[in-house]
Amino acid sequence: MGYFLQNIVNALQWGSFYALVAIGYSMVYGVLMLFNFAHGDVFMVGAYIGFFTASGLMALAAMGSIAIPGWLILILTLIIAMFLNSFVGMAVERIGYRPLRDAPRASAAITGLMIGIILETGNLALLGAQRRAFPPLIPPTVYKVGGVYITNQKIVIIVVALALTLALHQFVQHTKWGMAMRAMAYDFLVVPLMGIPINTIAALTFALGSALAAAAGVLYGVAYPVLGPYMGIIIGWKAFVAAILGGRGSILGAASAGFLLGFIEIFVTMIFPSTMRDFIAYTIILLILTFLPNGFFGEPYSAKLRL
Amino acid sequence: MSRKHFILLTVVLVLAIAALAACSGGGAKVIKVGINAPLTGSIPKVGEGTKYSAQMWLADINKAGGLQVGNKKYKVELVIEDNESKADSAVKANTKMITQDNVLVIIGPQSSKQAVPAGEVANNYKTPMISPWSTNPKTTLNRPWVFRGCFLDPFQGPVIANFVTNQFGFTKAAVLYDIASDYPKGLAEYFKKAWEKLHGAGSVVAYESFTHGDTDFSAQLTAINKSGAQFLFTPQYYSEVALIVKQAHQLGWNKPIVGSDSWGSAELIKLCGSDCYGDYFSTHYAAAGAKGATKAFIDRYNAKYGYVPDDVAALTWDSLNIAKTAIQNCGKLTGKIATDRKCVRDAMANIKNFDGITGKMTFNESGDPSKCAVIVKISDKGEFKFFKQVCPTK
Repeated sequence: MGYFLQNIVNALQWGSFYALVAIGYSMVYGVLMLFNFAHGDVFMVGAYIGFFTASGLMALAAMGSIAIPGWLILILTLIIAMFLNSFVGMAVERIGYRPLRDAPRASAAITGLMIGIILETGNLALLGAQRRAFPPLIPPTVYKVGGVYITNQKIVIIVVALALTLALHQFVQHTKWGMAMRAMAYDFLVVPLMGIPINTIAALTFALGSALAAAAGVLYGVAYPVLGPYMGIIIGWKAFVAAILGGRGSILGAASAGFLLGFIEIFVTMIFPSTMRDFIAYTIILLILTFLPNGFFGEPYSAKLRL
Repeated sequence: MSRKHFILLTVVLVLAIAALAACSGGGAKVIKVGINAPLTGSIPKVGEGTKYSAQMWLADINKAGGLQVGNKKYKVELVIEDNESKADSAVKANTKMITQDNVLVIIGPQSSKQAVPAGEVANNYKTPMISPWSTNPKTTLNRPWVFRGCFLDPFQGPVIANFVTNQFGFTKAAVLYDIASDYPKGLAEYFKKAWEKLHGAGSVVAYESFTHGDTDFSAQLTAINKSGAQFLFTPQYYSEVALIVKQAHQLGWNKPIVGSDSWGSAELIKLCGSDCYGDYFSTHYAAAGAKGATKAFIDRYNAKYGYVPDDVAALTWDSLNIAKTAIQNCGKLTGKIATDRKCVRDAMANIKNFDGITGKMTFNESGDPSKCAVIVKISDKGEFKFFKQVCPTK
C-alpha cells in the first residue's frame, strides 16, 4: 500500500510539470489555432531565468548579509521569472507568429520549430554547454507519513501547480480578457468586428502560457536541479501530447491530461520493466485518442466556424 | 558565355583546385592529430577536460620547437571536433578528420556510446585511434586500428562487486542504469554477472533502467526502495548521478550508493553537492594524494585551468603521449598518409611498459592495456580520496 501511495505522490509531482507546460500549448492552440512548438524551449528559458534570478537574489542576500529565508527567495524567483518569461513569450509571438498570421498553417508550425532551435542553440552559444546546478532554495526535508516519503519540495510543487491552474481557469472564465480569449477561440474572423484587439489578445495568450512555463521551469529546477540547454525538448513534446489529449483550448483539460500522463508514465514503470515505459504509456494515449479524437474536454470542429 | 570565357574559367578552376591540393598535400612537415570530444551535449565537462589536456600537450611540443621524428622536426596541429555527446556526430567527426583533414592519429571519443561506432570508422579507414576513457569491450574488439587508454568493463564490474562484498558484506544489490547508452548498459550487465557469481542467482534484487535524457527516476527508485537492496549501484554520467542521488535521498534512501568511472568528473560535486559525500566509485586514478609525474600533471593543470583534472583529462594526457611515442618510434614519416598511419599503428601496438600518469601500459592483441582500478571515496569536502587499489590478477 505504501508502495502504491508513494507512486501516487511521485506521479503528482511529475504530472505537475506536464500540466503547467501543457496549458501554454493548449491556450495558444485554442485561441490562435497554432502549434507553438517553441513552447518547450520557452520552458527552458524560464528555468534559466529562474536560475539567474535565484542566484542573483542569493548573492544579494549574502552581500547585504540580510537573512532572506529560502522560501521567500523561491516566491520572489517564481514571480520574477514568470514576469520576465511572459515577455519572452510575447517576443516569440511578435517576431515569429504575428508576421505569419495569414500564412499557411505549416509555415507557422515550422516557425515554432525554428524559434525552438534558435533558443536552444542561442543558449548554448551564450552560456556554454556546461550544466547549471539550480541553487537549493528550500533544502529538502523528508517527512515519512504512513510509509510514504514526502518532501517539502514535492508539496510546494504540487500545490503551486494546482493553484496556478485554477487561477488561470478562473481568469479565462470570469474576466473580460478571458471572455475575449474564448471569443477568439470560438470565431477568429468575427471577433475583430466586435472591437476586440486581436493582437493584444494574442500577446496576452502567449504571455500567460509563458508565465506558466516559467513557473514550471523554476519548480523543475527545484526538483531536478541540473539545467541544460536541451532540457525542454522532451518535456515539450510530451506536454504537447497532453494538450491535445486534454481537448483544444481547455485549461482544465490540459492540466488533467498532464497529470494523467504523469500517472501513466510512473505506473507503467511500477508494473512493467522501466524500459517499456514510453512504449506502453504512449500506446495507451494513442488508444485514448482513437476513442476520444477530440480529447477529454474538446468540442468537435464545426465547419461553419472554421474556414 | 562565350567559348573563350568558358575555357578561361575552366583553367582558373583547375588551377585553383590544383593549388588547394598542393597546399594540403604538400605540407608534409605538419603532423595533424585529431581530437574527437564531447564539447557540447550531455557531458560537456568531459569534452572540456579532453580539450584542455590536448592544448597543454600541444604547448609542450611547440615549446620544444616541434616533434622530433627521426632526424626531422615536425610542426604538430590539433584538429578538435565536437561530437555533441552523440554517436552519429562522433562518426561524422571521425570521417571528416580522416578523409578531409588527413589526421595521422585520432584521440577520442571518450564515452563508449560514441567510441564504439566511431572506432568502426577509424578501423575501416585504417587510421590509428585511441579512446582514452571508453571501457566497453566493443570499442577495440576485432579492430586492429583501435586502442584504448583505460581498463575494461568486464574488469571494472567484478572490481566493484568484490569491493562492496568485502567492504560492507552486503548480499543484495540494486542497479539503476541507462538502457539506451552502451557504457552504462554494458557495465550494469558485467556487474550483475559478477554479483550473481558471488551471491547466487536473484541476489540483484532490483535491476531498473531508464532512457537517455530522463530526469525523473522516482518510480524506479521507489521500486528499489521496496526491493530490500542493501546498496545501489548506478554506472551513470555525472549530471544523471546528481539527480539520481538527490532523488533517492528524498525518497528515504539512506544506504550507500556506489558508482563507476563515469562519476569521476570535476563537475560532479558542483551538481550533486553534499548528497554525494561518503559514496564510493571505481575509477582510473585518484587526484588527492597523487605523487611524482601524476602530481606534476595535476598541479600544472590546476594552475592553468583552475580546477583539479578528472580522470578523463589524465587519460587523454596519457593517450596523447602514447600517440607521440608511437609517431617517434615510427622513425620516419613518408608524407604518404596511408603509409604513415600504418607505421604509427604498428609502432603503437609494439609499445612496451609505457609509463603513464595513470599507470604502466602495454597493449594486448586487441589494443587494450591491463591497468589497475582505484576505488575512490568522496570525502566530506567533496574531494575524490584514494581508498583502495585493485589490480588485475595475472
